[in-house]
Amino acid sequence: MSDSGSSSIPHITLQGQGLTKVYHTGSVDVHALRGVDLELREGELVVLLGPSGSGKSTLLNILGGLDSPSSGEVTFRDMRISADDESTLTRYRRDHVGFVFQFYNLIPSLTARENVSLVTEIAKRAMDPAEALALVGLAERLDHFPAQLSGGEQQRVAIARAIAKRPDILLCDEPTGALDSQTGILVLEAIERVNQEMGTTTAVITHNSVIGEMADRVLHFANGHVADYQENSLRKGAHELSW
Amino acid sequence: MRALNLKLIRNLWKLKGQVLAIAVVIASGVAVLVMSLSALQALQQTATAYYERQRFADVFATVKRAPRRLVNQISTLPGVRSVEDRIKQMATLSIEGFEEPVIGQLVSIPEQGEPLLNNLVLRSGRLVSLGHPDEVVLNEPFAEAHDLQPGDQFKALMNGHQRSLTVVGIALSPEFIYSMGPGALMPDDKRFGVMWMGREALAAAYDLEGAFNEVSLGLLHDSSPEQIIVKLDRLLESYGSHGAIARKNQISNWFLMNEIEQLKTMSTILPTIFLAVAAFLGNMVMSRLIATDRSEIGLMKAFGYSNWQVAWHYTKMVMAMCGVGIVLGWLLGAWLGRVNTEIYADLFRFPLLIFRPDPGVFAIGAAVSLIAALAGSLGAVRHAATLPPAEAMSPPAPPMYRSSRFSQSRFGLWLDQPTRIILRQIMRSPWRSLLTSIGIALSVSVMVMALQWIDAIEEIIEVQFHQTQRQDMSVGLVESQSDQTLREIRRLPGVLAAEPMRSKSADLKAGHLSHRGGIEGVTDNPKLQRIYDAQGDVVSIPPEGLILSTRLAEKLDVQIGDSVWVEVLEGKQPKALIPVVSLFETYMGMPAYMHIQAFNRLMGESASLEAINLLVDKNQLSQLYRSLKSLPKVSAVTLKDAAVEEFNETMAEMLMIYISFFAAFACALGFGVVYNSTRIALSERGRELATLRVLGFHSGEISYILLGEAALLILIGLPLGCLMGHGLGWLMTNAMNTELFRIPLVIKAATDATAVLVTLGATAFSAALVRRRLDHLDLIAVLKTRE
Repeated sequence: MSDSGSSSIPHITLQGQGLTKVYHTGSVDVHALRGVDLELREGELVVLLGPSGSGKSTLLNILGGLDSPSSGEVTFRDMRISADDESTLTRYRRDHVGFVFQFYNLIPSLTARENVSLVTEIAKRAMDPAEALALVGLAERLDHFPAQLSGGEQQRVAIARAIAKRPDILLCDEPTGALDSQTGILVLEAIERVNQEMGTTTAVITHNSVIGEMADRVLHFANGHVADYQENSLRKGAHELSW
Repeated sequence: MRALNLKLIRNLWKLKGQVLAIAVVIASGVAVLVMSLSALQALQQTATAYYERQRFADVFATVKRAPRRLVNQISTLPGVRSVEDRIKQMATLSIEGFEEPVIGQLVSIPEQGEPLLNNLVLRSGRLVSLGHPDEVVLNEPFAEAHDLQPGDQFKALMNGHQRSLTVVGIALSPEFIYSMGPGALMPDDKRFGVMWMGREALAAAYDLEGAFNEVSLGLLHDSSPEQIIVKLDRLLESYGSHGAIARKNQISNWFLMNEIEQLKTMSTILPTIFLAVAAFLGNMVMSRLIATDRSEIGLMKAFGYSNWQVAWHYTKMVMAMCGVGIVLGWLLGAWLGRVNTEIYADLFRFPLLIFRPDPGVFAIGAAVSLIAALAGSLGAVRHAATLPPAEAMSPPAPPMYRSSRFSQSRFGLWLDQPTRIILRQIMRSPWRSLLTSIGIALSVSVMVMALQWIDAIEEIIEVQFHQTQRQDMSVGLVESQSDQTLREIRRLPGVLAAEPMRSKSADLKAGHLSHRGGIEGVTDNPKLQRIYDAQGDVVSIPPEGLILSTRLAEKLDVQIGDSVWVEVLEGKQPKALIPVVSLFETYMGMPAYMHIQAFNRLMGESASLEAINLLVDKNQLSQLYRSLKSLPKVSAVTLKDAAVEEFNETMAEMLMIYISFFAAFACALGFGVVYNSTRIALSERGRELATLRVLGFHSGEISYILLGEAALLILIGLPLGCLMGHGLGWLMTNAMNTELFRIPLVIKAATDATAVLVTLGATAFSAALVRRRLDHLDLIAVLKTRE
């Protein structure tokens, strides 16, 4: 199914066409994606909504260059990235994609600042780690280790780490999944701020439909394809959300 | 419990790489123990059986000439079971196709019937027969060295007469397991050979009819050789006795026992090191392995398994892993033990071989390894088993790290994040890191210890043969000869220089301590046989007094200025109290020197000599050999080059086997340590590394984090290992210190470098295996699961 968006929207940053993914596990073939077409436009915030097992994470992995589709292709600007070439994928992730995970995946032996530096050191046009952390409201917690931070703070460090390299796309996989609603909203505010202030194209995966209200567009996932599609004429602020 | 057992088996299969790496380490420890102890026991049992079967004598005495009727008198001495009187003489041989003179040790055997003692093992042909005085039975190594077989003939200069002898048989004897020519340090089967001739034939050749010049005694089991020697010496005193010796001082047996003694040292020290390393590794690996299984432990407990059942489950896992290693070690050790024993048996030419490894040896190896591994896992199992299930199932809290002053320093700030991760990881668990470094160090140290043997032997050769012995050739003389002989030898073709030497067997006593050895008389400034002290300076020979090797001085507990009571066992058997005037260090034997003129005065003789050192013109060797072969006074010719070559060959053969064993084991250790610690680190930190991959790090860059940590620990381990290797070398050289040899502690830089390179190779191999896994990290799985 295609997202038949209007033609007045800016450039397409990332495009997936006819994406399928089949996992062969033993004698059973699992069809995680059954032909997905989608576009992420520059600067927009898209929420991929769906129950677990609907294929949204598989899609995010393919869009982020962590996995390759069984068929179909992913195009980042004019570059095909679905090639089965490890180093091309690595380069793509390194230069263009920022990831935020459900379980933060911070490096426990590095402080907040150092976790961010980890990425800025290998990026081409990175911002100052302190600046990135200030953007997510952690200017005061620069030299704390993950074990000294709350879950919400850890997730915000993860966001700072993802955006410090000024990625073209920010992919967030259940960023609030492990957090209570109050903390979750703080994290969403950070994502929102990055999206608006830096203009980073952002895709957020969640099964929490409330989060869809802060998006430009919401794609509803079911059984490996986009079952429904919704465009918000008015985005709510993250601080307005509650669940 | 059946499902649990299935889980156990599948877990083990999943961990097969690590199971194997642990097993290899444990197997190394067990194998070295089983190999060393079983070879040691086999050699001891074989030697004992050989001695008993061939009735090897307990006491030996040499006289100038004694009447045979004395034999009855000797056999009535209390404690004596049997007596065999013999004739032993030296002869110069000419073997076709071999230019150099060959020294033959002639030993009499009865023409009819078997000897009562020192019976021969006939390998081919027959023994000598009555009425055929030119028949001879050859010692097997000598026959093989010259490719002599029954029916072959060679010439011998016996008592001034040229004889043609016919080989009728080839035999072995427990008396000549080591057969060494006079003054030789190593057996040289080409230039020295033992052969047996009929008693009557030898008596006729050496004018000893109705007499003997050597007697061997077999003793009753409970009698003491020392007491009998006292009585025997008294009995033989007037017949020119050199003093009787017990079996333990008989030269061949002494060498053999020394060899076995060295093996014993090796079989206690080395397996201890290996088992300790194996135990340490088992310990380290098990505790970390179980720590990673924490959530499963929680699950089992949530299902209602008791702490005891959980603990037993992991104990079984440890036992299974250990068991693989133990069985591997048993098999490998038994096989190597057999190979090792065969090598030694071949070297000693034992005609029989008893290899019945003691089950106790296997049990010790198994028990030590198992206990160590269980002890290692005990803490981890107990920790896991006592955790409340809910806590065990939830992931452990993120590990706590602290910022150190170092990371705020200028250097610290300059570091990139991956390097910071490496350093923090090491500093967070300093003990674990240190243990890994120590594991590597042990691997290096074992290698250094094995390789230092080569350096030590080179040093011995350099000092003994190149610095001390400057002569090309030593000529031994039949009995003491006058100065005239020296002049004769000087006139021989090709002789450039000749220096006389005196040599007599003697007892040296100080207080209650005594040593039966010899004294050598040398000229005041010997050019050919120099004496060096420990500092490498030439020791000058004062006109009076004794110069003792430090080892002999230690044995007698004397120092410069003390006096030693000397009882010469030959000639007029003079006794005198002589002051010690100088000490010197030597690697071989326990010599004592004095000025040749002082020696002559002690002996009450005019200028005499027993040996001559020669410097020769190598172009005239053939003529010199011919002349020496025809001189009846010459009893032995020792060539330095041949001696060096022989020394090298024998040592090289033994060392190569020894070194390759330990190189292999050291590699196994290095491999095991690195593979296990990196594999476990990978399972503990796979998620972290996968995250970095997702963030855009190349697999090379994340390998840097995991393997960089290992590399840093290896880097610490390498010099530590060299240091420990020097310590181990010191331990081994001290333990191997015998009356015959002192192994110098010499470790060349190249030895350290080789050990380091070998260990690096082994660790690089295991790192490469882990690196392959890093290249195939599952990036997606780590994002979804929490731990």
